[in-house]
Amino acid sequence: MTRQAPDSAAAARPMRSLGRDSVGVALVAIAGLAGYWLFPDNLSFLTRMISVALLVLSLDLVVGYCGIASLGQAALYGAGAYAAGIACLAGVTEPFLLILIGAAAGGVTGLLMGTIMLRAHGLPQLVLSIAIVQLLHEAANKAYSVTGGSDGLSGMAPAPLFGIFEFDLWGRTAYLFGLALLVIVFVALKLLVRSPFGMVCRGLKQDPLRVSALGISAFPVLLRMFLISGAVAGTGGALGAIATQVVGLDSVSFELSANALVMLVLGGLGNLYGALIGTVVFMAVEHIVAAFNPFHWLTLVGGLLVAIVLFAPRGLSGSIDEAARILMRGKRRTAP
Amino acid sequence: MQTALSIALDALAYGMALFIICIGLSLTMGLMRLVNLAHGAFAMIGGYIASYAARDLGLGYAVGIVLAVAGTILIAIPLERLLFRRIYDRSELSQVLMTIGITFCVIGITNYFFGPTLKTIPLPAELAQPVDLGFRSIAGHRLFVIASGLVVAGGLWFLIERTGFGINLRAAVENAPMARALGVRTEWIYAASFALAIGLAAFGGAVGAEFLPIEPYYALRYMVTFLVVVSVGGAGSIPGALAACILLGAIDVTARYLVPDFGNFFFYLAVILIVCLFPRGLLGRAQ
Amino acid sequence: MNAVFEVAHLSKSFGGLRVNHDVSIAMAAGERLALIGPNGAGKTTFVNLVTGRIPPSAGSVRLAGEDITSLGAVARVRRGLVRTFQVTRLFPDMTPEEHVVMAILQRQGRATRILARFHGDGAASDEAAGILATLSLTAIARRKVAEIAYGQQRLLEIAIAMAQRPKVLLLDEPAAGVPSSDTPLIERALERLPASLAVLMIEHDMDLVFRFAKRVVVLAAGELIFQGLPADVARDDRVREAYLGSYAHAGG
Repeated sequence: MTRQAPDSAAAARPMRSLGRDSVGVALVAIAGLAGYWLFPDNLSFLTRMISVALLVLSLDLVVGYCGIASLGQAALYGAGAYAAGIACLAGVTEPFLLILIGAAAGGVTGLLMGTIMLRAHGLPQLVLSIAIVQLLHEAANKAYSVTGGSDGLSGMAPAPLFGIFEFDLWGRTAYLFGLALLVIVFVALKLLVRSPFGMVCRGLKQDPLRVSALGISAFPVLLRMFLISGAVAGTGGALGAIATQVVGLDSVSFELSANALVMLVLGGLGNLYGALIGTVVFMAVEHIVAAFNPFHWLTLVGGLLVAIVLFAPRGLSGSIDEAARILMRGKRRTAP
Repeated sequence: MQTALSIALDALAYGMALFIICIGLSLTMGLMRLVNLAHGAFAMIGGYIASYAARDLGLGYAVGIVLAVAGTILIAIPLERLLFRRIYDRSELSQVLMTIGITFCVIGITNYFFGPTLKTIPLPAELAQPVDLGFRSIAGHRLFVIASGLVVAGGLWFLIERTGFGINLRAAVENAPMARALGVRTEWIYAASFALAIGLAAFGGAVGAEFLPIEPYYALRYMVTFLVVVSVGGAGSIPGALAACILLGAIDVTARYLVPDFGNFFFYLAVILIVCLFPRGLLGRAQ
Repeated sequence: MNAVFEVAHLSKSFGGLRVNHDVSIAMAAGERLALIGPNGAGKTTFVNLVTGRIPPSAGSVRLAGEDITSLGAVARVRRGLVRTFQVTRLFPDMTPEEHVVMAILQRQGRATRILARFHGDGAASDEAAGILATLSLTAIARRKVAEIAYGQQRLLEIAIAMAQRPKVLLLDEPAAGVPSSDTPLIERALERLPASLAVLMIEHDMDLVFRFAKRVVVLAAGELIFQGLPADVARDDRVREAYLGSYAHAGG
């Protein structure tokens, strides 16, 4: 193997990864637009997919980048959904403002959740995440006058986008709005995980003791990540509220939290693409199989999880990565 | 006063039912370092077997429970060999994911065979009657659950603290390579303690069915409750688990009685407070 | 005396067990001091006390005149008391360059910025390249740490410490686990440490201690039993007893 001159490599690597990310973002946008043309009758389902994808992305920030296992991420998603839903019913109908309200509510909830969860480690931490989402679930159920209890909120009527594009019956506007939102958030998160802050988070996941020996305190870093993660999840929740015009108790549930974790692991942790791939694959298969028999669906997901842990611990995106690397290696070998 | 007493007895019985199921989970987590979210699935299998034997085959309560324990362990053995053994030294997240996966499979398969209805385990006449304690009477079944819980706690304490098996188990947990070098068959120890934990889960699932009804989503619905008990008590601690079960049972039953329309709100609020105050559990081991 | 680092009457008991008792050490800027002692002497506890991982039962730690006894581990690092680890603590998925850049950014208070790029920081990259070159790590600067040799990982620990520009550096067995053929690499790296830096080395390898340290302290059964020149250590009766006695016990 020839040794590269270090300074040329120094310039080459960040450029290469930047290029790869631009291609990745383009692919996400293209896949989204393809969905628009290919499934015009399922746009509301696809919008829901985007909304959940934001939730899974937010979970990747906490689990994949910081190494904190959470089974309560839907607390943040639900906070965003209810905040946007309540604001919309109260007369705030500007869609962008509703998204901001959702993100803010998610962020604040994220701060609270982080403050509580970061007190413990390991299993107690996992249990705290569950207890928080269950607590909010019970609170949403009880506060009937604000949240509609088990009936949920409905009848939200967001104003036209930019004052021009109505949220139509077929969900075209909602879908394209959601897709644009997803691409923007995705780009922002790609920049985030490449920032010094993102690198410290990765460090905390791999060896917290080394991070503290560098003189970096973990708590403020992790708390900030919870804030950001909450804002992203809240954005997803608000998008769901605007697009489906319904907010139910299921948006702040243990089940949704557990499903989000399954989607993330299915797609692969810690690279953001996995969150998207996992969401799409999981929800598409669920859409088909669960309609047919919910228990077969459970068995299938269960078997899949076991198989992932045993045979593909890095998830689908990891497997794709691996396959790509093997192919590349083959190509390089054939070249002189 | 009468109501307070009857709430207290209810809470105690409910706490003991929780204890019988959860102590196995606490031991697998504390001693074997395995986060087994499928523990509730084994309790559910026990409940289904007991119900099938006692109700559908008419074999009676006692036979039903014995079959539940034996049958669940039989089902667990191949699972331990094929699946669990591979994740003993994997990360917590891997363990969580695989055991959630197993839980999903158990729910799906059980419902494929038994249908999505509630399963009851008919009580024998002796346990269905109230028993007079002098100051007040209590349902015989509750007394039976309380007694079973105490027997399980005492028996486990004796097994772990006072027998050769307990010594080997603790050695295998502290330092597996060293224990192996000293001739302890750690694989066998792990398999045996796993079977013990599963057997207790099945027993608890069967005798606790009055409190935690056997239904299709049992394994998922109570997974959270079981996890909460173990982390509040401190994984691996028998007195900790006992204290956590009685405390959480009391909170749950009292809240349901006093503020029924709040559901589990106060239960989870208490859990958050307790875990924040005692991040290692009420009686967890200092590390 | 204007000591940059001063440990006074430091003690720690676990229950009734005295693991460190009345340990006092003072170091001047630029000093090279080695702390040695037989197994079980309490060296690890001493490191944990000094770095703030566990609180002492009594005594104080001062850094550049400031009492840092009540400060946590992170705050001590920020004030310039930096350590390396006996068993390497590195991020397996990151490259040596990324480790050093992170240390530089933290020194400049920029390590947790969100609106900045980690890899595009020219000044930090250049400084990191310089440090890595000093320790002959340039060739592997962009490999994942998990893929590089253990000896190189030990060197990287020293590189990170240099990037932190400490006032006092605690080297916890820098040559532990390194094949003896690679020990000269470590030794050369230690020679490159800034002359003004006070270095306290905890080490087993006596050859390394004799070549590196100008002064030696010996810890046995939790107490300091010797302070003096390296040449005098082997002749001291109490030191001989501590080492040979412990061997006799280990043998029996």
